[in-house]
Amino acid sequence: MTLSPKIYQELPSQTAGPYVHIGCTPQTAGLETIYGGSHLGSKMINEKTLGTRISINGKIFDGTGTPIKDGIIELWQADAQGLFNSPAENRGEPDRNFQGWGRQPTDILTGEFHFDTIKPGRIPYLSTSKLQAPFISIWVAARGINLGLHTRMYFPEEVEANSEDPVLNRLEHQNRINTLLAKPITDGMYQFDIVLQGENETVFFDI
Amino acid sequence: MTNKPPSSGGFFPRNFKIHPPAYAPDYKSSIARSPKLALVSIGNGISEITGPVFGHEDLGPTDNDLILNYSAKDKSPIGERIIVYGRLMDERGKGIEGALIEIWQANSAGRYRHTKDKYIGPLDPNFGGCGRTITGEDGNYEFRTIKPGPYPWPNGINDWRPSHIHFSLFGPGFSQRLITQMYFEGDPLIKICPIVNTIPDKEAIDLLIARLDMANTIPMDTLAYEFNLVLRGRRSTLFENRPEGN
Repeated sequence: MTLSPKIYQELPSQTAGPYVHIGCTPQTAGLETIYGGSHLGSKMINEKTLGTRISINGKIFDGTGTPIKDGIIELWQADAQGLFNSPAENRGEPDRNFQGWGRQPTDILTGEFHFDTIKPGRIPYLSTSKLQAPFISIWVAARGINLGLHTRMYFPEEVEANSEDPVLNRLEHQNRINTLLAKPITDGMYQFDIVLQGENETVFFDI
Repeated sequence: MTNKPPSSGGFFPRNFKIHPPAYAPDYKSSIARSPKLALVSIGNGISEITGPVFGHEDLGPTDNDLILNYSAKDKSPIGERIIVYGRLMDERGKGIEGALIEIWQANSAGRYRHTKDKYIGPLDPNFGGCGRTITGEDGNYEFRTIKPGPYPWPNGINDWRPSHIHFSLFGPGFSQRLITQMYFEGDPLIKICPIVNTIPDKEAIDLLIARLDMANTIPMDTLAYEFNLVLRGRRSTLFENRPEGN
């Protein structure tokens, strides 16, 4: 690959609007039968997927503390070995029973989202050999969000790995790390709330 | 596993001058939903340059045809029949093949098929309003649909959305993820729309306006609009992402 110039401009973002479910999770909008009756990303794991099963529940809160009921949330993560199911993955053979991507609506009545997935393995930081603490990349879009928001969910039990993590360590405001840590509920069940604004505003990333 | 660096370069940094700011108070929904603190810039590692892969087997044969994908047998939705087509590429002009594009829109009366849309414009029994496709070689894509109608929305007392189609775009990297909206050339509502005007750069707004293309119009049948899609480009593999001190 050689260097070549940037000649076009990425399209400007526009809000996903209040009806993003029609396009991304149409069954939520009431289109029960389209696309074979389920949306892409609705099921992240099958019986053969390797790794520790986990589930994640949460809500996305606006600046008034009200849960968002018209959003979508997407996860992107490594498999149990820390490998991505992508052509750009050249470190090994990823688990073919795990795409690594999931998408769910925030419930239109309660605002709650739910994922069943596996705990990801550790991956290196940028092009170094230093490992990051295990985490899941998260992307959020909704009415009123003008450019989709990237954040990460880290695991509270990974005390040592989190304390050495290069991304967590470079946060200027170390008192905000807790916004990136899931809360353990029971074995394998986590709660991860996202706060768009105000007290305990979640750390969002420019990636 | 080993910890060799990934083979593909990181993406060009996002040009925030052409994106709407999180807080754009003329679009009232953004006021309580905008983070106030700065985004933390962390750059691209393997988790940012990779992204989900979708295959043609994930999709049905009429998924990109909104005239057919919800209509009863031998019925059609009401409205202006259009083709929306173009090319998905990166900022270096390289076509992105095999990418998932999803769209959603109102029907010709400006009504969405969503349990929460209560607009007086009627639902069309033959129109669902969503479509999806996987880009072909060189990033080409096309949809067939009907032109969505404008509609009023609760923001100011008398705000109307121009006709538009929502686009959700994936590139090979999760950091390219983008949702945007396509508008139609010549629509007088574009320049007075509070959502369009969240974009601070007027030239950037033009990138979202599809152009009527008579050459690809099907005579006596369907008009055509060209809308090219650009996602972030990526650097080469050399000299990648060495953090300070490494």
